[in-house]
Amino acid sequence: MLDTTFSHLPNTPGVGYKPQHYSEILEAPGPVSWLEVHAENYMGDGGRPLAQLGYLAERFPISVHGVGLSIGGEGALDKDHLARLRTLCDRVKPASFSEHLAWSTHDAHFLNDLLPLPYTATTVARVADHIKEVQNHVGRRMLLENPSSYLWFDESTMSETDFLFQVATASGCGLLLDVNNVFVSATNLNMDARAYIDAFPVEKVGEIHLGGHDEDEDEHGAPLLIDSHGREVVDPVWALYDYTLAKAGPRPTLIEWDTDVPDWPTLRAEAERAAAALAAV
Amino acid sequence: MGVSQSDLTSAILAPDADVPAGLSDGHGKTAGKRFDVYRNNVAVSLTEALVTAFPTIYSLVGDQFFRAMAGVYLRQHPPSSPLMMFYGAEMPAFLETFEPAKGLPYLPDAARVDLALRHAYHAADTTPIAADAVQIAPEDLMASRVELAPAVQVIASAYPIHGIWSLARGGSKPPAAAQDVLISRPAFDPEIDLLPPNGAAFLTALVNNATIEEALDTSSLDPASGFGPLLGLALQRGIFTRLH
Repeated sequence: MLDTTFSHLPNTPGVGYKPQHYSEILEAPGPVSWLEVHAENYMGDGGRPLAQLGYLAERFPISVHGVGLSIGGEGALDKDHLARLRTLCDRVKPASFSEHLAWSTHDAHFLNDLLPLPYTATTVARVADHIKEVQNHVGRRMLLENPSSYLWFDESTMSETDFLFQVATASGCGLLLDVNNVFVSATNLNMDARAYIDAFPVEKVGEIHLGGHDEDEDEHGAPLLIDSHGREVVDPVWALYDYTLAKAGPRPTLIEWDTDVPDWPTLRAEAERAAAALAAV
Repeated sequence: MGVSQSDLTSAILAPDADVPAGLSDGHGKTAGKRFDVYRNNVAVSLTEALVTAFPTIYSLVGDQFFRAMAGVYLRQHPPSSPLMMFYGAEMPAFLETFEPAKGLPYLPDAARVDLALRHAYHAADTTPIAADAVQIAPEDLMASRVELAPAVQVIASAYPIHGIWSLARGGSKPPAAAQDVLISRPAFDPEIDLLPPNGAAFLTALVNNATIEEALDTSSLDPASGFGPLLGLALQRGIFTRLH
C-alpha cells in the first residue's frame, strides 16, 4: 500500500503538471519529487484528468494551485467555486493549496487573467477577509502568491511587501514567493528586486515559483516584461533565486511552464538546475 | 477615490477605450501599453480557450477567421465561470446569427458536436451494463427502460454532421444527406458515431424514459435493420448504465 498522505511539500523541485508528460514523469522523474496542478482543470465530474491526478496523487505530493478564485475581487467570493475547491482538496488531499493576489471575476464575468489591485488599508482588509473565508471553506491554510505587476495604482499607500505581510498576519495564510514575478515587477516598476526580497517576510514562504517571461517595452521606451510561463527561466532570475534561498533557506520550488510546453527532458533540466541551487544552500 | 473593478473590466473588454485614470508606471508616466498587457492577456487566453473548445469549427473556418470570430464572441459572451473547460456554451446560438458565417449554416451543429465531445471528456465515470444484460426474453427486453451515462448526447442535424466532423479531420467530402450522431465515452476518450435513420429519435425517447418498445413505435426505427445494429453500438460504447 502506498503512503498516500503527504502533509507538506518537500524542499525539492516540483513542476507544473502537464498531461503530455504523464508517462515520463512516472518513468523518469529525475529530481522532480512533487507536482502542482491548476485547480480549475480538475473540476470536471470525471474522466481522464481526475483519473490521472488520482494516480499521481498516490505517488507524489500534490500542490493544488487555484487560478480562478478572484481573492482580490471587490465582490463576494463565488460560493460554488469554494465548494468545488473543497471537493478537489478532499479528493486529492494536497500537500499544499495556494491562490493568487489578484482578481479575475467582476459582475459574474470571469476574465481568465490575474488582474491587479491597489494596496491600501481597505484592500488589505478585504483580501484578508476573503482568505479567511477560503481557509474556512477549504479546511486548510493557503499560500498567497505575489503577482507580476505591469502598472501601479496611484491610490496605493503601501508597498507590495508591506501589503502581503499585513494580509498574511491578519488572515493567518502563508505566502508563495514567485521569484520570476518579483523580477518582472521590479523591472517594470523600476524597483530593486533584491530590496523586494530583503523586505519580503520570507519566514512565511511555503513555496517558491520560477518561470519564464517575455520582453517588450512600453510607449516611453522603458522595459516591459510579461509573465508568460512560455520559456526557460532566465539567468538573472536564477541569480535572484540564489539570493532568495540564501535568505530564506531551502524551500519547495516549482518550475512553471504553461504555454509552448516543452518536452519532458527540457522541463526536467530546469528542475535539475533548481535542485543544484537548493543543494548549494 | 480610485479606479473600480467595474471600470477596469469595461476598459479591458473594450480595446479602443481610454485607459482608466489613476494607473501609471509607478513614476508618473502613463500606463497605456502596460494596461494593454491585461487587455491582451484576456483576449488571447479566452481565444485560446475557444480554439481548444472548438477544434472542428477551427479546422473548418481556418485560423484567421476563427480568431476574428473569437474576438467578437469573447466580448459578447465573456465566461460566467472560472471553469474554462466549459467555456463556449453560447457558441451554437452565436453562430446562428454571426453574419460572416452566414454561408456556413452547419457551423452551429458542428459547435454542438464540439461541446458534446468536451462535455463527454469531463463527464462523471459510470459503469455500463454488461453486453449479456440484454440476453433476456424478447418481450422482457421490449418492456425495459434504460438509464444513459452522463457522457451520452444525441445530436440530430439537418446537415451531414458526421461527415463534416470527419472532413475537419482530413476525411473525404461529406454526403449530401442529413446525419445524426451519438456522442459517448466508453473509457477515457469520447467517441462520435453515425446513427441510423430514426436512431436519434429512438435514443431520445429512451432518454425520456420510454420503454424500448415505446421508443421503437414513436421513432419508427426499423426493428430489424435499425434496432439490432444500434443496440450493438450502444453496448459497445457503454451508453446504458441500467436496464430495468
